[in-house]
Amino acid sequence: MSDTSKTSLLALTPRTKARNAAEKRFRAYGIAAIAVGLMMLIVLVTNIIGKGTGAFQQTFVTLNVELLESKLDKKGNRDLDDIKKVTTFGYNPLIRGAMEAKLAEIGIETDMKGKDLEGILSKGAVGQLREYVTTNPDKIGETVEFRFLAQSRVDGYLKGRVTRESIENDKAISVEQLELVDQLVDAGVIVKTFNADFILGADASDQRPEAAGIGVAMLGSLSMMLVVLALALPIGVAASIYLEEFAPKNRLTDIIEVNISNLAAVPSIVFGILGLAVFINYMHLPTSAPLVGGLVLTLMTLPTIIISTRASLKAVPPSIRDAALGVGASKMQSVFHHVLPLAAPGILTGTIIGLAQALGETAPLLLIGMVGFIASNPPETLVDGLLAPNSAMPAQIYEWAKRADPAFYERAWGGIIILLVFLVTMNTLAVILRRRFERRW
Amino acid sequence: MNDMQFTDRAVEQKETKIAAKDVNVHYGEAHAIKDVNVEIEDKTVTAFIGPSGCGKSTFLRCLNRMNDTIDVCSVTGNILLDGEDIYDKRVDPVQLRAKVGMVFQKPNPFPKSIYDNVAYGPRIHGLAKSKAELDEIVESALRRGAIWEEVKDRLDKPGTGLSGGQQQRLCIARAVATEPEVLLMDEPCSALDPIATAQVEELIDELRERYSVVIVTHSMQQAARVSQKTAFFHLGTLVEFGHTGQIFTNPEDPRTEAYITGRIG
Repeated sequence: MSDTSKTSLLALTPRTKARNAAEKRFRAYGIAAIAVGLMMLIVLVTNIIGKGTGAFQQTFVTLNVELLESKLDKKGNRDLDDIKKVTTFGYNPLIRGAMEAKLAEIGIETDMKGKDLEGILSKGAVGQLREYVTTNPDKIGETVEFRFLAQSRVDGYLKGRVTRESIENDKAISVEQLELVDQLVDAGVIVKTFNADFILGADASDQRPEAAGIGVAMLGSLSMMLVVLALALPIGVAASIYLEEFAPKNRLTDIIEVNISNLAAVPSIVFGILGLAVFINYMHLPTSAPLVGGLVLTLMTLPTIIISTRASLKAVPPSIRDAALGVGASKMQSVFHHVLPLAAPGILTGTIIGLAQALGETAPLLLIGMVGFIASNPPETLVDGLLAPNSAMPAQIYEWAKRADPAFYERAWGGIIILLVFLVTMNTLAVILRRRFERRW
Repeated sequence: MNDMQFTDRAVEQKETKIAAKDVNVHYGEAHAIKDVNVEIEDKTVTAFIGPSGCGKSTFLRCLNRMNDTIDVCSVTGNILLDGEDIYDKRVDPVQLRAKVGMVFQKPNPFPKSIYDNVAYGPRIHGLAKSKAELDEIVESALRRGAIWEEVKDRLDKPGTGLSGGQQQRLCIARAVATEPEVLLMDEPCSALDPIATAQVEELIDELRERYSVVIVTHSMQQAARVSQKTAFFHLGTLVEFGHTGQIFTNPEDPRTEAYITGRIG
């Protein structure tokens, strides 16, 4: 009774002060947490972009090559079989000659030997030349302009990765060659431009990082996604509809439910070894094939799709089911006419997110041989795309990252950019779908 | 209680549409309905009243086997529709529900157009052979639902965009579109304002000409206004069943009297 002295509203009581301070502190923690997260994201993105954009540009050398008949077609009868007998080795003099001619044309004098001149170009240049001649034998005898890849050290020199100091012990390039490169750059013979082959091309051997591209691995990934979509979506949706709408609620369905949730948490490498044991060792499907990769990723994606589908089926209000049953629809009609259309955006979102997860998965591919495979030839048909050995984008990135040549390192970062573009696109699509169709009742 | 002018209401004997004999309902362990016997007449509005949890909605849902969708629910006893046991093994609940329509507590139109809402039932039951015939069914159902004038210009607009009272009348139109013989209504006015309630009640009175209507309601005034027969449920048992006028003015059971006068509830 005695302590009912009046308090002023204008003065804060100690209790209120403490409460307000606690709230302020909590807000500060939240802001700090978000700031740390954002900072890490910025560091990550700038790092990836900084290191990876180089991969989208490549250094090219433009040369006019005289396709000498005396070297390529000694008999002069343009017989393709005879032309094919000339190995890439036989094309070396042509390139050497073209290089010398170019130097003479722009007035650069050098005492370098032909072999060193050739060294500026990629080792694949002769192959490129031979490919051209065998497909266009009628051009023999003419002079044709070619755009050759420069070798990776020259490319690195133009991108600032290779310097005169860093090549002291490097046998692949010498200081004299770099001097010549400087002069050729000034003359406009060597240029650095956008390189579509990185996105569309095939992987190359250890010796030619400048020629490596992610395109074939991308096709491998797309084939796998096709398999995953074709299998995981119908199986996952059918399983969820049955479990959610039709299955009796008993101990057995409880066990199934718990185990589906558990499956979603199983490490992906476990699915990989399962795929190896079942699909390859037991069923004898081809190793490194996107079909097998797709099957393994289907197993991995199924729980994700089932869980999200069941959640979106659950979110459809029961009154809609009652309404359909009330006018005499059968259980199946009520599900397919009313519940499923309402749950579709959620199902689609879950599927896209599951696919995006599968797209970025590397570990299960390790065990079925898709990591480490050099995807050098693009598949020609759909069946080929599914059954012929191939790699996948994350596997290709891993492969590049572990190779010794620093030029591959740059390509690994570039590959990460492409992979992220795919993932961000898919997730954006999922968000758009969800926003667009969410809650229509 | 001026609006309870039921005493002078003409009451004639009609034939029995639904007869329930010794119906018991269990939800797992809970015994929700105990030995209910009731005869629901054709072309009559029968009201189920009683305090919350007394089992009136549960019993209503037995009449078109909506309880089948609840796993733990088991029904024993006989419910005869025109002399046929609806819980017979040979009865397909889907066929039953086409004959015994239902309107729910909360208006639940499909998230589709007004037209599609009403046309859905006739479509799945194959009641219309052509588009013109379907149009006709939809129009007459909407007229019987007393909502045609309000929606005839926007049949392609979503049914969920209507007001609560309009939605409920749309749901009634949807229920009558399949030409049911019995219409079950589970507190159809509990989510509506007084004006919409009055419209729906008027509609129920009109529906009586063609159907047997069973309505569950919390409002005793509503039961008195719209029904000819009233059943009072208490703790899962049917305490009293008789003419509405008699139940409200001269109940036989003391529990009915206690409920009507507001002493239990």
